Amino acid sequence: MDVNNPFAIYKWQALFDARDIFIDGLTTTLEVVIGALILSIILGIIFGVAGVFPNKIVKVINRVYVEFFQNTPLVIQVIFIYNALPHIHVMMPVLLIGIIGVGLYTGAYMAEAVRGAILSVPRGQVEAAVSQGFNYWQAMWYIVLPQSKKIMLPAMANQAINLVKNTSVLAMIAGGDLMYQADSWSGSNMYYGPAYVVTGACYWIICFALSKYIGKLEKEAEV
Amino acid sequence: MIHLSGVNKYFGDNHVLKDINLHVNAGEKVVIIGPSGSGKSTMIRCINQLEKPDSGEVVVDGINLTKSKGQLKKIRQEAAMVFQQFNLYPHKTVLENLTIAPILVQGKKRTEAEKTGLEFLERVGLKDKAYAYPTQLSGGQQQRVAIARALNMHPKIMLFDEPTSALDPEMIKEVLDVMVDLAHSGITMVCVTHEMGFAREVADHVIFMADGQILETGTPKAFFENPQNERTQQFLSKIL
Repeated sequence: MDVNNPFAIYKWQALFDARDIFIDGLTTTLEVVIGALILSIILGIIFGVAGVFPNKIVKVINRVYVEFFQNTPLVIQVIFIYNALPHIHVMMPVLLIGIIGVGLYTGAYMAEAVRGAILSVPRGQVEAAVSQGFNYWQAMWYIVLPQSKKIMLPAMANQAINLVKNTSVLAMIAGGDLMYQADSWSGSNMYYGPAYVVTGACYWIICFALSKYIGKLEKEAEV
Repeated sequence: MIHLSGVNKYFGDNHVLKDINLHVNAGEKVVIIGPSGSGKSTMIRCINQLEKPDSGEVVVDGINLTKSKGQLKKIRQEAAMVFQQFNLYPHKTVLENLTIAPILVQGKKRTEAEKTGLEFLERVGLKDKAYAYPTQLSGGQQQRVAIARALNMHPKIMLFDEPTSALDPEMIKEVLDVMVDLAHSGITMVCVTHEMGFAREVADHVIFMADGQILETGTPKAFFENPQNERTQQFLSKIL
């Protein structure tokens, strides 16, 4: 047995035997992905629309949110939620911290995608709608947002894929996700090779499936 | 029907409407002409409050829009606008373009909105395009759809903001024909246009604007044959 070979067969065998740990981690990662994706899309639409809202205060709120979360590292945001909030008696299970942390962070990028897509719709569309008696929200919902979809979707897809990979930040706070399990399992037995190859492959599969699915949505949006 | 009194509008430091007074009675056709940047479009857009005047009063169909903002939705249904760039909804079919506002804003039943929508499409000669998308139509066809869309709101007033300015020359006539036909139906019309033939044929009053002011108002005959204001004379000598 070659101890110096990081990909020695027996190391793969050990990983296979410990597969339940990795499946656990993968499940947690998927839970965080789904939760954070939903949260980030909701935040993205709310703050994206706020970014074009004809009211200065609302626009400022959009800018503060976006600039704060885009310009500080995700790791620090998550560590802050994990370490600092308990001091003011806000304690959350680590899964929820992952969803909120990654969701808030990605939401800022989603908001920019939504805002940019809305701005790409010619101004005359809103004018035509309000000239027919639509109120602002009806004009947004029925006229502007459907047209901005085909610009919005690819930009949001990029962010969704970044979100999947960014959930690995949970490893920093013992989040029990795939990255954490790979770290802790391989840290105890030094079988880094198989652990990270398999973990990387798992992230790749999730991201690839997601981008294929969004590609399908984009095709539908073009009709 | 439409009363603008003492209306002023600024874009930043630019004083685009200077103390405008405009009165249009029910059923009247008013054509507004003048050089680019004279405030014609801004003025017509004040009527349905796409532009909010900085001072002065706008009264449409007896409702003072500068005071009772709650009535704006009602007035926007009564004063339908046709835009230079058509502004059809590209993600909707032609018929959906005609029915979406009557259904969502006026609460009409879909079947009813579609029935009247098809009638108006027939009137503008595009019934066979009901299920096409706007991008599949020529510019002239799109503008005729836009007119039908406005009519399907059953408005009392039609506002035209340079409806033929974005069209190829050979398509202008098909749109003007529809507008002339409409003018004979007795609806109140306010048109910003460069089509002098149209002004001569249908206008009760022709208004000349320059530098944010109304400089001359008259019947087409008096206006074109015997203009009083020097700026009007200069303008007409260049274009006629």
